[in-house]
Amino acid sequence: MSADRNEGFSRRGFLAISAATLGGVMLAPGIRLIEIARARAPDQPVSGKVRWGLLIDTNKCAPGCDDCVKACATENGLKDTGHPRTDAQWIRKVELKDMRTGRNNSVPVMCQHCEHPPCVDVCPTGASFKRADGIVLVDRHICIGCRYCIMACPYKARTIVFENITDQNPDVPRGSGCAESCTLCVHRVDRDQQPACVEACTRAGHNAMIFGDLNDPHSEIAQRVAKYASTQIRADLKLNPGVRYQGL
Amino acid sequence: MAESLIYCELGGSGRRYWALLALLGVPLALGAFAYFYIEHYGHIATGMDNQIVWGMPHVFAVFLVIAATGALNIAMAASVFRKAVYRPVAPLSALVSLALLVGGLAVLMLDLGRSDRMIVAITKLNPASLFARRVIFYDGFMLSVGVYLWFLLERRMNRYIKPAAIVAFFWQLLLVTSTGLEFGFNFRAVYDSVLYAPMFIAFSSAYGAAALILVLLAVCRWEERPVSDELLRRLKNWLGISVGASLFFAVLFLGTKYELARSRDVARFLLFDGGVYTALLWLGQIALGGIAPLALLLRSPLRRSALGWACAMVILGGLAQMYVTLIGGQAYPQILFPGLVESSSFFDGEIHPYTPSLVEVLLGMGAVALAAAIIAVALRALAMLPTRLDQSAGPQA
Amino acid sequence: MKRNGIGALSSRVARAACVLALLLPVLAFASDRVPKPVIDIDKPGKCVEDTATMRREHPDLLRHQRDLTMHEGVRTRKYSLKQCVACHASTRTGSVLGEKGFCQSCHTYASVSIDCFRCHSSRPKPSSGAKP
Repeated sequence: MSADRNEGFSRRGFLAISAATLGGVMLAPGIRLIEIARARAPDQPVSGKVRWGLLIDTNKCAPGCDDCVKACATENGLKDTGHPRTDAQWIRKVELKDMRTGRNNSVPVMCQHCEHPPCVDVCPTGASFKRADGIVLVDRHICIGCRYCIMACPYKARTIVFENITDQNPDVPRGSGCAESCTLCVHRVDRDQQPACVEACTRAGHNAMIFGDLNDPHSEIAQRVAKYASTQIRADLKLNPGVRYQGL
Repeated sequence: MAESLIYCELGGSGRRYWALLALLGVPLALGAFAYFYIEHYGHIATGMDNQIVWGMPHVFAVFLVIAATGALNIAMAASVFRKAVYRPVAPLSALVSLALLVGGLAVLMLDLGRSDRMIVAITKLNPASLFARRVIFYDGFMLSVGVYLWFLLERRMNRYIKPAAIVAFFWQLLLVTSTGLEFGFNFRAVYDSVLYAPMFIAFSSAYGAAALILVLLAVCRWEERPVSDELLRRLKNWLGISVGASLFFAVLFLGTKYELARSRDVARFLLFDGGVYTALLWLGQIALGGIAPLALLLRSPLRRSALGWACAMVILGGLAQMYVTLIGGQAYPQILFPGLVESSSFFDGEIHPYTPSLVEVLLGMGAVALAAAIIAVALRALAMLPTRLDQSAGPQA
Repeated sequence: MKRNGIGALSSRVARAACVLALLLPVLAFASDRVPKPVIDIDKPGKCVEDTATMRREHPDLLRHQRDLTMHEGVRTRKYSLKQCVACHASTRTGSVLGEKGFCQSCHTYASVSIDCFRCHSSRPKPSSGAKP
């Protein structure tokens, strides 16, 4: 039965089908690979092919709104101790005024996750480090609390914990005497979620913050930075931060 | 050797010596108390905050480290540059240098947020970090100065003094330059100038010479050790030149900051509107630490007491300078958006206040006492100074 | 002569002191003054390795995992401190610390300080976030 039918197929048809099948087989792993790069299995180390970044559109950022700051504090367990000068602020809203033109701006500023982070350069023990995917972190296990990274950071993004802390978020360990800063919610990113600030901004309907892989040409953030003008804070320092701003 | 110098230990009655140590024990004990207090409560017990993260302990630490490198200059003049007149005080110069460095490093380590992890600071080094490389510079400096001091004191090793001194000289240069660059490489508006490297060499020379002369005068008050006028005159001149160079670099640094439009605001802050920092700059660093001692030192027949006063002024002026550099440098706001006026809940765009707490000052004073105690113990235990400092040394330097 | 006498006496005293010092650990075993650690395991079942291995090697296992998680983002649950806490926190106090806490009672007994919980939470995450 099959022999008869087979004869019905033209040679060209057969070739076309096999090419399509082959193509499908070849393509499918390709697609799968991209997917894996984004949703990493828990036992896989982070990949250097990814560069996580943030794009902040200051035109969409509402001046009085601090939803991102609140979300960060809740997510990371940053509590108000009543000592504002020693309290940590992983993200803050900086109000800007240009005296020459009168233009006002409101900008969320956090660790800029530099490609060449000065905090990493100065850290005596290597506690300050950049993960392969571009997230700059503090390894609190070897941080000695020398505070050199705080001195070196041009963005005022690093802080040190001044008081003993209890009841931390189990996902976000932090304790007195160690330096710290925005982790880009690395514990959320590792389970394929957005940083808390970005989620809060989207929930509030502002959509001023986009998180994604700057190296992936299909990601929204990569396409936006390719299409529209964006800048980095203190770009003159050539640190190439992963956080970019639109409308500054 | 025609007339060899006879070195001997610090004399005096045992009771008098123990009284001196007990006196030094008071600030040492207070410093230890301050350390445990900060260790227990965390840095919230200090006046520091997340804007001013390096406080009073760092003022003392950097001052002591800078003075330590400078105190070695006299020994280097004797052993590398063959100035025989300084030969009798060469061991003392090396000793003061080591003691000041130990004091400075002690307070630096004790002020860490996690001082319980000192072992990590020593064993895990990030090779890219200037700060970590400085750990190697410190170790190398201590080792090379230690070897040099041993060669000075051990007659059989005397012939190797010069090579050992040259090694120590290079470590000294590395250490003092990197201390200056630690500020010079910083992005903060007050720093960010490579002038810090030569400026700190001048500062170190002045502070170190002042500390050394004070110790020498103290030993001469303790017991009869005649010092030649020639040696004192040369030390006085050396101090004068160093203070003059410090003033020159300070004026050059502040002047260029003011002259360049991009740094004029920060120069105005330091020179005119900085409040306590402006006052400490003009009255402390420039007047008390520069012009006044220079005026004293320039009077040619100088009494010993006047020399002592000049040294004390240089040291106080040096502490004022460190305060202006360290605290003033952090108090001035970090500029994220040049040309725009910044404000935030994190005190962006504001001058940050800082009031040192008592425990911080006690910790710093403890480090000074530690250095003094090391000098006192070493002088009593080892023959570091000649009985007479008014004979010329032999040809071998 | 007298000097010799004093010398002999002092050496005898020193020897006696040494013997006494060597006997000190015996005293610790002999008396019940030192409370034995309380090892209450509320959740039955097996740990990730057998008990002997866990007792001896849990610091190394944790340290290895900590570096992998911190620097490479590996978030497997097997040797993670968070999972230790999730399983071993007392149902009464909700914590691995405290006098009878799983971690603290043993560490107090062995006189080894635990540095983990200066930064890490000693309590499991509230039920909603059961994910690793």
